[in-house]
Amino acid sequence: MSILVIAEHDNTALRPATLNTITAAKAIGGDIVVLVAGSNCAAVAASAAAVAGVSKVLLADNAVYANQLPENISALVVEIAGAYSHVLAPATTTGKNFMPRVAALLGVAQISDITAVKSADTFVRPIYAGNALATVQSSDAVKVVTVRGTGFEEAAKDGGSAAVETLAVVKDQDIAEFVSQQLTVSERPELTGASIVISGGRGMQNGDNFVLLEKVADKLGAAIGASRAAVDAGFVPNDMQVGQTGKIVAPDLYIAVGISGAIQHLAGMKDSKVIVAINKDEEAPIFQVADYGLVADLFQAVPELAEKL
Amino acid sequence: MKILVAIKRVVDANVKVRVKADNSGVDLTNAKMAVNPFCEIAIEEAIRLKEKGLAEEIIAVSIGEKACQEQIRTALALGADRGIHVEAAADLQPLPVARLLQKLVEKEGIGLVILGKQSIDSDNNQVGQMLAALAGMPQGTFACKVDIADGRALVTREVDGGEQTVSLRLPAVITTDLRLNEPRYASLPNIMKAKKKQLDTVTPEELGVDVSSGLKVIAVEPPPSRSAGVKVASVDELISKLKTEAKVI
Repeated sequence: MSILVIAEHDNTALRPATLNTITAAKAIGGDIVVLVAGSNCAAVAASAAAVAGVSKVLLADNAVYANQLPENISALVVEIAGAYSHVLAPATTTGKNFMPRVAALLGVAQISDITAVKSADTFVRPIYAGNALATVQSSDAVKVVTVRGTGFEEAAKDGGSAAVETLAVVKDQDIAEFVSQQLTVSERPELTGASIVISGGRGMQNGDNFVLLEKVADKLGAAIGASRAAVDAGFVPNDMQVGQTGKIVAPDLYIAVGISGAIQHLAGMKDSKVIVAINKDEEAPIFQVADYGLVADLFQAVPELAEKL
Repeated sequence: MKILVAIKRVVDANVKVRVKADNSGVDLTNAKMAVNPFCEIAIEEAIRLKEKGLAEEIIAVSIGEKACQEQIRTALALGADRGIHVEAAADLQPLPVARLLQKLVEKEGIGLVILGKQSIDSDNNQVGQMLAALAGMPQGTFACKVDIADGRALVTREVDGGEQTVSLRLPAVITTDLRLNEPRYASLPNIMKAKKKQLDTVTPEELGVDVSSGLKVIAVEPPPSRSAGVKVASVDELISKLKTEAKVI
């Protein structure tokens, strides 16, 4: 068996989600080939070649792949997919965008967001906002799978010495164009990979009050998240949203501040090792999953926490 | 241009579902059903495009058991012009659903398809992308802003690091994210009027689509449960517990 893993990157560096996906590929078993498609991304291919367990790296370096437009990436993947029993990508917004397109072009089902591998054709994935786990078996010739990063450890970044092979396949469908992007700049660790996350909800009352969380985050080296309520109210940008339709995190410590704990939010954080809830409503559902609950006004408790850490 | 909106009947977002004792699935007996929240946003966006004069007809389609017609009526009450019900099993996989939608896109001469980005029951996030692939159309997934002009759709998408804007040649497929719009409510007069709107029923056979899938659900189990921990009395106690007991800071 041979497994194709499609790397997630920004043309300069490999994203950590790729490393979790390689671990999932190892659990399936077989040769692991990594595809790096982008523009001026030879450095990414070099770092993918150094990842332990990778047997080969394919580099498709062309301007048409610069922004990972799904129309072009999927056409490229379909072109080479025939040689593989499995095609895997991280279940990030990029992977979720082009992978179903790959599956449809191959005429096979896609298995989304797997959290465990049972065997080469059987996988576990959460459904109903994580309130049930479905074990699914695929009889398709090629298994197209997206991998939930928090379900698998990161593969070691070094120890591998795979060869890099250049692909000359250029697929430009010319039906979509990249126009621009507005990325949120942050000094903090990335939300999905952080070992500590502190999140604010509707109880924060406004965006300025998120400064209180920043003080705690600075002390702990934590990333900052938010509930959908806080995002919808315009307190913070939407790429900070943790939940069923936002990011899925599973840090060692998750501190939920002023978050009630709706089903959709719990879907994004209930696999955290330790959950702390700070909320003045002792009936809030978040206390049913919190290891440590503090019933207090966050406007007193959070500054005190920042000061005493 | 004609807009096709695909909607799914799902369990209401606020219902805490239980897994059946025989692990065959989730127990939906007597559960409150509704239009999938992302699909509501898709309907709203289609109506707004029509109100701006950018579309002449909105067709709402749902695939599944007979009860789906309730959700199609909801879409008609909100402002869709007519409905199509594809009568099939309630739990079709995304690929057959995308194949059925592609046939309708072809048949009706659709210029824009709007779907939700995912259904809150199966959480697949696949159908829109698959439909775009089958129809050879560009896709604007996870849309939080849509502008239509000069035969193109300018779509701002929610991505992991922030936002991205793409320009798509029409016909195209768009899938909605939560912040695209605030769906309206149907008024009583409109609910009454919706009863008179056209709703056609077709079968997958009539559309020439095989609805089988290579995917089989073997078991559905409850996730490992978390139990409530302890309440601490003060910030000091919280910090000491995190340091000595949980050892996470």
